Amino acid sequence: MGNKLDFAKADEILAQYGKKESGLIAIMQDIQAEYRYLPKEILEYVAKELGISIAKVYSVATFYENFSLEPKGKYVIRICDGTACHVRKSIPILEKLRSELGLSAKKHTTDDMLFTVETVSCLGACGLAPVLTVNDEVHAAMTPEKAVELIEKLKKEAALDE
Amino acid sequence: MSKGIMYIDDQRVEFDGEKNVLAVIRKAGIDMPTFCYYSELSTYGACRMCVVENEWGGIDASCSMQPKDGMRIKTNTLKLRKHRKMILELLLAAHCRDCTTCDKNGKCKLQELAKQFGITRVRFNDTREEMEPDNSSPAIVRNPNKCILCGDCVRVCSEIQGMGVLDFAFRGSRLQVMPAFNRKMSETNCISCGQCAAVCPTGAITIKKDIDKVWEAIYDKKKRVIVQIAPAVRVALGEEFGLPAGENVLGKLVAALKMVGFDHVYDTTLGADLTVMEESKEFLKRLENGGPFPMFTSCCPAWVRYIETQKPEMLENISSCKSPMQMFGATAKEHYRSMESVDEKETIVVAIMPCTAKKYEAAREEFQKNGIRDIDYVLTTQEAAAMIKECGIVLDELENETPGMPFGMGSGAGVIFGATGGVAEAVIRRCVPKKDSKTLKELEFCGVRGMDYVKEASIDVDGREIKIAVVHGLKNAQELIKKIENKEVYYDLIEVMACKGGCVGGAGQPFGQTDKKIKRAEGLYNADRLSQIKRSEENPMVMSLYNGVLKKNKHELLHVHYGNGDGK
Repeated sequence: MGNKLDFAKADEILAQYGKKESGLIAIMQDIQAEYRYLPKEILEYVAKELGISIAKVYSVATFYENFSLEPKGKYVIRICDGTACHVRKSIPILEKLRSELGLSAKKHTTDDMLFTVETVSCLGACGLAPVLTVNDEVHAAMTPEKAVELIEKLKKEAALDE
Repeated sequence: MSKGIMYIDDQRVEFDGEKNVLAVIRKAGIDMPTFCYYSELSTYGACRMCVVENEWGGIDASCSMQPKDGMRIKTNTLKLRKHRKMILELLLAAHCRDCTTCDKNGKCKLQELAKQFGITRVRFNDTREEMEPDNSSPAIVRNPNKCILCGDCVRVCSEIQGMGVLDFAFRGSRLQVMPAFNRKMSETNCISCGQCAAVCPTGAITIKKDIDKVWEAIYDKKKRVIVQIAPAVRVALGEEFGLPAGENVLGKLVAALKMVGFDHVYDTTLGADLTVMEESKEFLKRLENGGPFPMFTSCCPAWVRYIETQKPEMLENISSCKSPMQMFGATAKEHYRSMESVDEKETIVVAIMPCTAKKYEAAREEFQKNGIRDIDYVLTTQEAAAMIKECGIVLDELENETPGMPFGMGSGAGVIFGATGGVAEAVIRRCVPKKDSKTLKELEFCGVRGMDYVKEASIDVDGREIKIAVVHGLKNAQELIKKIENKEVYYDLIEVMACKGGCVGGAGQPFGQTDKKIKRAEGLYNADRLSQIKRSEENPMVMSLYNGVLKKNKHELLHVHYGNGDGK
């Protein structure tokens, strides 16, 4: 992915929101859902079609933590670091995942584009703490060991998909 | 618009249609401090320096509050003083404080207010990482380390110029002003108009300086350094020396520039006269050939770049005439070429312009021949003033001198180029067949003068009604283009100046809002009134150039084909 961008999808999304400036955030959400991030070229295209400046679009895209301007991995792992998860030791899980995958606070995605590891402020599932999500699937009461097992499982799953 | 009485520090003040409490306070003679407020831009309410205390002890930003009858506010209380000092201290904490070597030293709003409020110590540490300044634009330098996030540049770029090159990015403590994707300015569609630098209260966006290069040329004995002065410069440069806006200081400026060391001092007005001659000829030819219409003027390099990069389909509508500065440069270089072999001096042409986009224009490939530029360096009005000050020259005490020959004579039509509507009026003067002074007076009132965003006029040329529009502020031009594309309006000739007020409001001028721009325009119209030659074709120097240096390759020297948007 990332080699050839499919502008037709962006056209579809734009048409759905009637090419209105007020629809910018919704359009970007759908684009991110489609492309797994906000590709620069698509943002330029959206700005042109909506008749707003690319700096304005970039402004909105960087304001919200949830928008990503970088391609994300196939599996986006979000570790909750809200108060409840934090006191129940979410940070060792994060550190384990990072060392296991060769990631850091600056590098979030593996070179093979398989995994992205991020933190999130609260998933609203404090009763299950510490919790993490893989894409939209919730994994409760995690430990560093369980996290490593999870990664191995996902790697095998990805290999089967190939 | 509301009317009523309010009380400011217990003083009774009438208000009548003021757009906010801040305006009423200023009317009452209190100079309320602000960073993010310009009456010409939308109200942003970010800097919180204009805060006032209401009757109940609450703190409100006066820029974001409408005056109400019976309203009572205080502008000077213990609470407010603390509040303002804290804001300043926090701003200074996150600011690169190299004031003595800063380009804005002495003209910085932050410096001024820090002094005014007696900030002698900053208790907080600067924890930010230092960022690289962006020098890539030919006209401006962006130094994010000095940004106080007032957003003035963001608003002037989108609201007045309709470009939106700069905007905020990220949020909270990571908030910054930058082009999309933190691109270099040279990689954006920036038109180099410099209005962002003009409104920037600090040194975060400044105008690129060419002073050092000009000094080097002046001190070089092997170089003949000639300088041309743009019309709008003469009515604004005096402001840098404490003279009122609009006062024509051309005579003193000529004397000062000679003292600075320029070999010959000339007037761009001559270039403007050449432009009138060529542009009217082109226009009449288009009338004969049936178009393409509208014909757009091409004097403003920011406007030309806008069309090249954003509306290339309209390139044919842009006049093929070079701008007055470039016509002057090409003609002067040609004139001195024959002399160079005799005295073995290289000719350097410097232009003093009210404009920052002229720095971009001078560097374009179209205006170079074998790597030698027609205009070697462009200085802004402010840079020229700085050079004069550096020599210790007291401008006001100088005796008037006139620009030299053969490039020092201009007509009244050429002088008014510096005000919005001036180019159109000058071309009209050339095109209408009647040349008596009554007709001239009538033209003055035909609708092209004044500060309205879009001005319209129609004149009769050989029985055909010619529709003319004059527009300034690039955003207004963009809106006009939209109307033309939708066939809502039709014009034959359109004068476009990217900056509000035309060249008198250029970003190279001392900073001033609409009131100053109006005074400067008045200064130019006065110069026209006092000039013995009202029309470009009556300028004897124009005629002698056409019969002399321009005789052989007039087209090459005075015309250009635009189309290369990034013309580096």
